[in-house]
Formats: sequence, structure tokens, C-alpha cells
Amino acid sequence: MDFFHASPNSPIPHAQPRVLEVRQLAKRYGRREAVAGISFSVHRHEIVGLLGPNGAGKTTTINMLLGVLAGDGGEIRIDGLDLKRQRSQALGRTNFAAIYAPLPGNLSVRQNLRLFGMLYDVPALETRIGELLEQFELQTLAETKCGLLSSGEQTRVSLAKAMLNQPRLLLLDEPTASLDPAKAHELRQLIRGIATEHDTGILWTSHNMQEVEAVCDRVLFLSRGRILLEGDPRQLPRAHGYENLDALFIGLAGEGLQEARP
Amino acid sequence: MKSSLRRTLAIALRQFYLMRGSPTRLLPMFAWVAVDVLLWGFITRYLNQVSKAGFDFVPALLGAVLMWDFFSRVMQGVTTAFLEDVWSRNFLNLFATPLRIGEYLGGLVLTSVLGSLVGLAVMLLLASGMFGFSFFDYGLLLLPFLLVLFCFGIALGIAASAVVLRFGPASEWLVWPIPALLSPFVGVFYPLSTLPAWMQAIGHCLPPSYVFEGMRALVLQQSFAPQQLILGATLALLQILLACWFFARVHTGALRSGLIARYSAESVS
Repeated sequence: MDFFHASPNSPIPHAQPRVLEVRQLAKRYGRREAVAGISFSVHRHEIVGLLGPNGAGKTTTINMLLGVLAGDGGEIRIDGLDLKRQRSQALGRTNFAAIYAPLPGNLSVRQNLRLFGMLYDVPALETRIGELLEQFELQTLAETKCGLLSSGEQTRVSLAKAMLNQPRLLLLDEPTASLDPAKAHELRQLIRGIATEHDTGILWTSHNMQEVEAVCDRVLFLSRGRILLEGDPRQLPRAHGYENLDALFIGLAGEGLQEARP
Repeated sequence: MKSSLRRTLAIALRQFYLMRGSPTRLLPMFAWVAVDVLLWGFITRYLNQVSKAGFDFVPALLGAVLMWDFFSRVMQGVTTAFLEDVWSRNFLNLFATPLRIGEYLGGLVLTSVLGSLVGLAVMLLLASGMFGFSFFDYGLLLLPFLLVLFCFGIALGIAASAVVLRFGPASEWLVWPIPALLSPFVGVFYPLSTLPAWMQAIGHCLPPSYVFEGMRALVLQQSFAPQQLILGATLALLQILLACWFFARVHTGALRSGLIARYSAESVS
């Protein structure tokens, strides 16, 4: 049985409108160039994998897309809105889930969803919370404090929070990192369903290359703040003489390191 | 409901949930007030007994203590609500939403208003029930007195939160002693003229000085200079604006440096 395969990937939805457009995005920390003028886009119904070794600039990029880190240059447009000038409106169409950003552990699942629902100005909030509790199988945990949940359950709560406002752009930073294989498989199917059924585009980071191959329509390979490669994760490895995405990852990460050597 | 108001209410609702779920958060709203009322209530009662002048220390001393407590509650209402987000590492989640800084600060202030009103009610009940003190001895001036202290508490709470945002969670210890550090300069128990010139100069920059000077003038001389209170109120309002500007500046700096995204690390260097 293929536990990784979420669903056959539909044709790349480039004909769909762009939910994210990044142009020449750059960020420096002192003398270190964390992100070096990258440009890319994500379309509706598309899942784009943002890959790269540790320190490649993935989380820095995601933080800039979330508006919690100001770039030194470039432009971010979310669903056509300029993040710099229309911050509140643009962030209202975005949401995210990341393992390093758990929801406050001293509030219950329902309380957290209610508060974030209010922050995202979700209409008919209680109905929406009910739908999400059901969709993410959280009904029995609704009144449990988030700090008491297992890491897998916390991931599901984070994802429920991320879907509160039915975002046009969904950012997922290693969403399956803390899940067992069965739960990770279910989650991949669910996220694939979100991209297919909603007007959502997803930017997904993961170190699990089999997962990326199964879920993503397109990948961007980031190294030392630059996009080295972009394309279909099922075709890229062979096109560059590698057996699979894992081997391509190792090869590109190694080249990135060699570039850095004096 | 307007989305901006809804986001402001969300910040206050979070604090309500926390207080409802944890009696240890509710206790400080009453406990320190009660201790101060008891301590200063008995001190003033004793002073009334030993002084032959017939001077009533209750409105002068106990009233001053209660007003200073009110100011401290307001300030700590803002900072504690802010620190809840520090303690639960919630900045990344919060500031990645459409929430604007003004809405966030509005939510902190709303939390503080509700908390300090509860504290004020407890304070008045205890002080009037046990020591026959009534804030209404000050007449209608009670309201502007409290308002100036409230505004200064808000300003200081926002400024202190900005300092913690800038210097990281460990700088929390800077927040707690602020009221104690300021109290010698604002003349809670004595006229500003008692202080050396340099302390008086600082005192004149602090709005509570005008409240306590006014309160003493009212109790001791049954007279009151309204222009002094207007000056205090103007200073307090200006300081709120300054504090909001300072917080917004620190927040912008934190966005540039990456501090918001990696706040628990306390440094981005």
C-alpha cells in the first residue's frame, strides 16, 4: 500500500489566479544574506513545496510572508494585496500552521479557535468552529486546554486555526513533522482536499521528500537564500540525473555548501 | 460588528478566559489591595488616636494609598495582559493575524479597565466597611483624580510593555518595581515641596504629582487649583500618545530585526 500518495496531482493550476506573488524578496541579518532577492508565485488550488537544507532561508521567507519579519527589499502580494501597504487586509486572507508556533496552551481548543476567529473576523464564527472541530476530529477535545494535547492533536488544532478564515494563502511549515505515519497520511489527504476544494494556494515546507513528491504540484529548491531549482517534484530528479527527490536534495544541498566554501 | 472592535475585544476576551480558568490570576486583583487597605487603615487609625490636633489622617493617607494602588493596578493590568502573550509565546500567532498595533493596545487597555474597576470596587468596600473611608469625601473631584491616575497607568503600562518587547522576556523584572520607584517622586504621602529640587523637577513631569497635591489641598485647606489638575491630565494624555508611539516604534524595530518571529530567543544576534 502506498501510504504517501495523497491523491494524483491535478494538472498544475497555472491558469488559476495567483494567491501569492513574491518579487525580489530579500533579507539580511547583519552581513549574512538570509534571502537573496527571490521571486516566485503560488496559484489557487496549487501546493508548492519550499525545500532546502537547514538555514536555507525557508522560515525567513515564511516569516516575511506572514508579516512578522520585514524584508529589506522586494514585494509581497497576497491575493493581489500589497502586504506592506495593506497589511491587515492581506493577512486577513492568509493563515499558517507551524510546529514552532503552537496555540496558547492555557486556553482550550474552542477558546483558541474563538479568539483567532475574532482576530480574523470570521463570520458566523460558532458555526465555523463547529465545522472545523468536526473536520479535524476535535469534537471530544474542544474543551481541553491545548497544552494538554499530544503533539499530533496540537498539529490538528493548529491546522483548524489555520483554516478558520478559509485563507487564500495557507502557509504550512513542516505540518506533519510530529505525526505518526497514519495521521500524517490522513493529514496530507486533508490538505490536498483543501487545495482542491477551496480557492486556496498552499506553500508547504517539509524535509520529507516522499511526502513532498506525493503532495506538491511544484517545488522550489532554496539554498543559501536563493532559488536554485523549480519544477514538478516527480520530474525534477531525473531531469537532473538523480534517482529520486531525496538524492536531488542531498546533491543540491551539497552543491550549495561547496559554493559557500572559499 | 466592526472588525477592528472585534479584534480589540478578542484580546480582552483572552484575558477573561485566563482569569476565569485560573484563580491565581484573580487573587492579585484583590490580595494586595486588601493588604494595603488593612495596613494603612490601621496606621491611619493609630495616627488619629495619637495626634491631638484632631486632624483626620484617613482621607489624607489611606486615600492616597488607595489611589496609588489604583494607579498600580491599572499599569499592571496592561503589563500583565501583555506578559500573558510573552509567557505563552504567542507573538508569532498574534502578529501574523490582521491585528493592528492600535487594536492590540486597545485590547490590553480594555483588560486593564475591567480588572482595575474590580480592584477599585474591592478597595472601596474594604476601606469604607472597615475604616469609614469614602472616596466620595473628595466630592466630584474624585473622577478627574482617578482619570489622571488611570491615564498615567495606561501610559506607563504600554511603555513598560514596549521595553519588555524590545529587551525580551527576561526584562520582565523591570516592570514590577516601576510604581515603587516612582512613588517618592510624586509625593504620595508628602508635598512635593518636601523634596530636593531635582526630585521636584522629576515630580512635575509625572501626572500623579498633581493629583496628590490637589488631594492634599482639598483635604487640608478645603481649596483646590483646577489648573494644576488640568496640567496633570494634559501630561497624562500626552504620555499615552508617547507610549503608543514608543510601542509602535519598538514593534516596527522588532519586525525588522526578526525579534517578533524569534521572541523567545530574546535576541536575534
